[in-house]
Amino acid sequence: MSHKLTDGGQVLHVGTLSRVEGEGGMHLEIHDGHVGAVELRIFEPPRFYEAFLRGRSWTEPPDITARICGICPVAYQFSACNALEDACGVSVPDTIRTMRRLLYCGEWIESHALHIYLLHAPDFLGYPGGIEMAKDHPAAVEQGLRLKKVGNELMTLVGGRSVHPINVKLGGFYRMPTVAELGGLRPALERGLEDALATVRLVSTFDFPDLEQPYTYLSLRPEQGYPIESGSVVTTAGTAFDVRDFPEHITEHHVAHSNALHASLDGGGPYVVGPLARYTLNFDRLSPLAQQAAREAGLGETCRNPFRSIIVRSVELVEVFSEALRIIDAWRDGTAPSVPVPARAGEGFGATEAPRGVLFHRYRLDDDGTILDAQIVPPTSQNQPSIEADMRTLAESWLELSDHDLSHRCEAAIRNYDPCISCATHFLDLTVERT
Amino acid sequence: MTIQTQALPKLAVWKFASCDGCQLTLLNCEDELMALAGEVQIAYFPEATRAVVEGPYDVSLVEGSVTTPEEIERIGQVREMSRNVVTIGACATSGGIQALRNFGDIAEFRSVVYAHPEYLSTLARSTPISAHVDVDFELRGCPINKHQLLEVLAAYIQRRKPRIPTYSVCVECKRRGAVCVAVANGTPCLGPVTQAGCGALCPAFARGCYGCFGPQDSPNTAAMSDRLISLGMADDEVMRIYRTFNAASEPFRRESERHEPARDEEALT
Ligand code: SF4
Repeated sequence: MSHKLTDGGQVLHVGTLSRVEGEGGMHLEIHDGHVGAVELRIFEPPRFYEAFLRGRSWTEPPDITARICGICPVAYQFSACNALEDACGVSVPDTIRTMRRLLYCGEWIESHALHIYLLHAPDFLGYPGGIEMAKDHPAAVEQGLRLKKVGNELMTLVGGRSVHPINVKLGGFYRMPTVAELGGLRPALERGLEDALATVRLVSTFDFPDLEQPYTYLSLRPEQGYPIESGSVVTTAGTAFDVRDFPEHITEHHVAHSNALHASLDGGGPYVVGPLARYTLNFDRLSPLAQQAAREAGLGETCRNPFRSIIVRSVELVEVFSEALRIIDAWRDGTAPSVPVPARAGEGFGATEAPRGVLFHRYRLDDDGTILDAQIVPPTSQNQPSIEADMRTLAESWLELSDHDLSHRCEAAIRNYDPCISCATHFLDLTVERT
Repeated sequence: MTIQTQALPKLAVWKFASCDGCQLTLLNCEDELMALAGEVQIAYFPEATRAVVEGPYDVSLVEGSVTTPEEIERIGQVREMSRNVVTIGACATSGGIQALRNFGDIAEFRSVVYAHPEYLSTLARSTPISAHVDVDFELRGCPINKHQLLEVLAAYIQRRKPRIPTYSVCVECKRRGAVCVAVANGTPCLGPVTQAGCGALCPAFARGCYGCFGPQDSPNTAAMSDRLISLGMADDEVMRIYRTFNAASEPFRRESERHEPARDEEALT
C-alpha cells in the first residue's frame, strides 16, 4: 500500500511481515533515488524475562526461558543450563552432553525444515506460503513435512514433547531414553538423511540474487565437531574468546524503533550469527557427507550470500541427521540421567548455537541459588543491524522496482535470516517512504 | 481464490504477546495439515502465508495475552470479524508467563531490560483475551496439545461442542498406568490441581507436574499446598510453583499469594 505525502514524498506500507516468527515490520525511506533510513521495527511486545527471572531459583530458568520461543525452546534450555552449571562450577559428563546434542539435533531439524520448506522456499518459487506451494509442488512440501516430523519425533522421544520439552533439567535429564527407544527412530532418521540430501539438491536449483556480505561472522566452535550445544566464540575478524568474555566483546543498545536490543561486536559494525556464520567458520567440522553435499550444491568453504542460507540450512540438516544417527548408534544404556548442581554464589555464562545463531545467557546467583541478575542475548538481536544493512544495499539496487515488488523482495531478504522476533523481544510491517 | 474454496469455513490465526509455540502446534500437525487445508480455508495466518483473505472469519484462533494498549484495540477488531473466537494456550487463557509482571513493579521491570524504557508502550498487567472480549472456547496448555487442537477445530467445522476434559492430570496419569511420582518417590507434583491435556507427560518422565495446563475445574489448592509442604517445600517455593505459565489464573494466583513471604498488605490488591 503506498500513500502520497503532502511534501511530495512517498510512503509504502506492507502489512504485517509474514512467514517470520513473531511480529515486526520494515521502514524504508527513499529520497531522490537514494535510500535514507532503514529500520527493522520490532513490535513484538516486550515480555520482561530478564526482570522476572530475578528472585527465582537457579533451577528454574530452563523451564522459564524455554517460553521465550516456541520454535527454539531447546536453545534456551541449554544456554541456561550451560550458564547456570558454569555459575555453580559443575561440568556435566560427556554422556549428558551427548544426549543434549541429540535433543538439539531434533530442534535444528524441526526448525530448519520449517524454515526451508514452509517459510523460505515459497519466496524462491513464487508462492505466498507453503500450503499454497503444496498445490503445485506436493512432493516437495510432503518431503518438508516429513523432515519436520522426524525432528519433532526426536524431540518428543528425548524431551517428552517438541514445544517446551519437559525432560530437561539443570545437570542433565529427568530420564534417559533407552537404546531400544532410540533404535526405534533409526529408520525415520535414515529416511530423513535421504530427504535432507534431496533438500540440498532441490534448493541448489533456486535462483539467487547476487549479494556478498562484508560483515564479520561470529559463531561457536567446540573442541570437536560442528558447533551445536557448546563451544567457545570465534569470528571471521580473527578474534577468538571464551563464552565467559562475551559481555566484554558484545554490547547491546536500545534503539527507539525496536523492542529488541541491537548488539555490536567490539564496538564495530554489524556482525552476523546463524547458519552462514557457523558454516563459514566451521566448514572443516562438517561430516564428509555434508561437505560433499555442499560442494555438489555449488557452495565453497565459505558462504557470504544471505540468499544462499537456504542451501546452508539444508547442508546443516544433512549434518544433524548424520550426527543424530551417529549418537544413537553409539548410545549405551545405564548412564546417570543427571548430576547434582548445588547452588553457590557466583556468575555463570553459557552459549549454544540456536538454529538462528549464538544464544547467550548470563546469570548471577546468591549463595542460596536465588537469581540476582539475568541477561539473555538472542540471535535475532545480534543480526538486526546486518538485516538493516542488507536492506540498504539491496534497496539501492532495486529502486526501479514498483513498491509492490520492492517490498516483496525486501521481505524475502529479511526471511534469509529466519528472524525470530519472539526471541528478539524479549516483526513485520514494511513501510517505504519515497521523496 | 477458486469458487470451490469459498464454501469452506474460514480460519484465522492471530498472535498477541506469546512465544509462537501454540500456533507452531498447528504447523506441527504434519500428517493432518494438508487434509485440514482441504477442509478449511486458511484465510489469515501470517506466520505461514502472506496471502490474506478478508474477514469475517468462521473460527479465529488467538494466541498470546494482552500487554499493550494497541493489543486491546486489536482484540476488539478480531472479535468483530470472527464468528467464533477460540483462545489457544496459557498466554491467551490466563495471561501466560509474562503475567508475572502483575506481581511486580512494571516500571522497574522495564528498566531492568531496557536502557530507554520511554521507547516502550506496555500495560502494567498481562491479561487473558477473555478479560477484553467474549471468548467461545479456551484451549489450555503451555503449549497446547495438538490432538486437542485438532479436536477443537473438528468440533467447530462440524458445529458441535469440543470434547475437552477439565479433570485433573491425576486422572490421565492413572489411565496411562504411570506410577504416582508423589506417592512412590515423594516428588512434589501439581497433578492433583492441574487440568489434564498433556497426557500426564511429566510423571512418565519421573518428574512432577509443573502446571502447564492451568487449574483443573475444581482444584483444592490449599490441600495441594499442605502436601507440597509436607514433601519438604518451603513457602517461597510453594509460591513459585504456582507462579509460572498460569500464574494469573484465579486459583493459582490466590494460592501463590497465600505463600508470599511477609509482604506489604496493601500491595495485595
Ligand atoms: S502458552 Fe506457552 S507455548 Fe503457548 S504461546 Fe504462550 S508461552 Fe508459548
